[in-house]
Amino acid sequence: MDIHEYQAKELLANFGVPVPRGGVAYTAEQAMFRAEEIGGSRWVVKAQIHSGARGKAGGVIVCASEHEVRVAAADLLGKCLVTHQTGPAGKVVHRLYIEEAVDIAREAYLGLVLDRREERVCVVAAPQGGMEIEEIAHDHPESILREVIEPAVGIQPFQAREIAFGLGFRPAEVNQAVKAIIGAYKAFRDLDSTMVEINPLAITSSGKVVALDAKMTFDDNALFRRPNVSELRDYAEEDPRDAEAAKYGLSYIALDGSIGCIVNGAGLAMATMDMIKHAGGEPANFLDIGGGASPERVAAAFRLVLSDPRVKVVLVNIFAGINRCDWVAQGIVQAANSVRVPVPVVARLAGTNVDEGRRILRESTLRITTANGLAEAAQKAVAALGLDGGGARSDVTRGAA
Amino acid sequence: MSILIDETTRVIFQGFTGDKATFHAREAIDYGTCLVGGVTPGKGGTTHLGLPVFDTVKAAVRATGAKASGIFVPAPFCADAIMEAADAGIRLIVCITDGIPAQDMIRVKRYMRRYPRERKPVLIGPNCAGVISAGKAMIGIMPGHIYASGRVGIVSRSGTLGYEAAAQMREVGLGVSTSVGIGGDPINGSSFVDILALFEDDPATDAVMMIGEIGGPQEAEASLFVRDHMVKPVVGYVAGLTAPVGRRMGHAGAIINAFGDSAAEKAAIMRSSGLVVAPSPAELGAAMALALVRSGTAAIAVHA
Repeated sequence: MDIHEYQAKELLANFGVPVPRGGVAYTAEQAMFRAEEIGGSRWVVKAQIHSGARGKAGGVIVCASEHEVRVAAADLLGKCLVTHQTGPAGKVVHRLYIEEAVDIAREAYLGLVLDRREERVCVVAAPQGGMEIEEIAHDHPESILREVIEPAVGIQPFQAREIAFGLGFRPAEVNQAVKAIIGAYKAFRDLDSTMVEINPLAITSSGKVVALDAKMTFDDNALFRRPNVSELRDYAEEDPRDAEAAKYGLSYIALDGSIGCIVNGAGLAMATMDMIKHAGGEPANFLDIGGGASPERVAAAFRLVLSDPRVKVVLVNIFAGINRCDWVAQGIVQAANSVRVPVPVVARLAGTNVDEGRRILRESTLRITTANGLAEAAQKAVAALGLDGGGARSDVTRGAA
Repeated sequence: MSILIDETTRVIFQGFTGDKATFHAREAIDYGTCLVGGVTPGKGGTTHLGLPVFDTVKAAVRATGAKASGIFVPAPFCADAIMEAADAGIRLIVCITDGIPAQDMIRVKRYMRRYPRERKPVLIGPNCAGVISAGKAMIGIMPGHIYASGRVGIVSRSGTLGYEAAAQMREVGLGVSTSVGIGGDPINGSSFVDILALFEDDPATDAVMMIGEIGGPQEAEASLFVRDHMVKPVVGYVAGLTAPVGRRMGHAGAIINAFGDSAAEKAAIMRSSGLVVAPSPAELGAAMALALVRSGTAAIAVHA
């Protein structure tokens, strides 16, 4: 789960990471009020969307008067920002963060990640602040500092010092940076984070270390024990289909193709998408119905996949272990009876109770093309696409008795 | 022979009396697994499926001599269950449950490091289909009937894709020695390398099918292990060629966010390390048949 910059800063500040003074605003009036509250003579108005590179997309505006803050806020609210992380559709700005502007003397990169090779938390730092870590890794790989944290004892001050000195900070700055690094680690650990990124970690012209931007990502599997984190979820930032999928225990990701996929198991779902591509088609989505899928869940999967108007064929691929083919078949029949299924359906069933599942489909009078293997299923789905010609959707229930 | 389990391995289930554990315990018993009891704290002294239930893993091990455990407890309690099994002297811990917090797994892996090599238990999973030695025994959620007995080992992140491989091999007349699902989480127990090493040393395994997916360094590490330390032929496949960058594809670990995470990059490393890479997920069986012919081991592949 992702959160906004202002939320990340608030969480990090609770763990001793220094951040500039700021406040959230939902309207231009609130933005102006916030600027007044913060005081000073220069402010930054920052669009709050779940994406980096907001500055490049015009989402960060420096203002020298409260009036400018108001104008900038009015301009940004409701605006659609497109970054390389939002995709071409972009994201609409609903919230702003108003922050005191600081004079920057130096910028560095600080990140904490779950290192899969080390199977531990790793602190990553580099002297090139403001750049993305991928760019730094590409352009200056030798400048990246790494400290792996021993989980039994947590981060030690010497590790934070090594990072701070390694970044070339002066002694007075090192002490502040150590506090920030240790605070960021504690936030990561105590909030079940999977990524903390402070980029840049800045040193102001007056010698203060401060987190100018902050990003945090959290482990979905641990949200059950982090209610203070899960309440920060911003549904406006998420694809509504994701929420719909989560309600039924489905895992769904929309893609650009025309063949909708309903599969059990994440690996088989990815393989089915690969197979569609191999057969000359493009998958419209990733969808894992999970283990122990009930007919209701399968019907919900159909509704979800068909909500994408680009879907011209649905391919169902089930290799039942913990699942049962007869339940999935009932789900397909139930879906076709409850939702209009206006496209051809190709179904491949294998594993537990496969004969019963095939019988249910055969006797259903639905126009479902069955396939025996993965290759046949993908080929038939692509062929059905061709027959349809991308024109009017043909109805799977047509010809039903 | 086989790796990890056979029909003589004494097995308990943790979270034994729950619905899913009950269903899969029945399946395991029917398959021939030597299930000797289970653990549900608070239900010690009762019986379930005709087998004794214990309050603690230690009590279960003392009474039954269990050497392996299948963990079916809910995700919030899994780290605790794994460490309890390790502390009780269980040698093989198979954790089926998915949804375990990553930092819990960091703690589990740290805990396991306290054991010297000879006493360190093997952890399979979490978020996996489990382990099956074809025709002998299983701890997991796989449909046992699709595995023909034979001499090919399977190691897969994905459960269902492992089933797919077993079914395709059966169609071309190839059977399985042991199939291991190592799970789809970013931090898991045994890695591809750990299982490949066991297969390389197993006299009943002639070749290995290794099925990876996007995300993480394990497939690349395994490819180098195959190149440097294995004689037996290995067929590889990596799911997720069409997966977009930065999106989690169902499994917590299946996400492309670093160099080398993509399916294409992993397949390239496999190829350059001497693995036979299946051109599509529909050609897993065919690729294995080809690899066996090339290496001259086809003659000793047992047919289904």
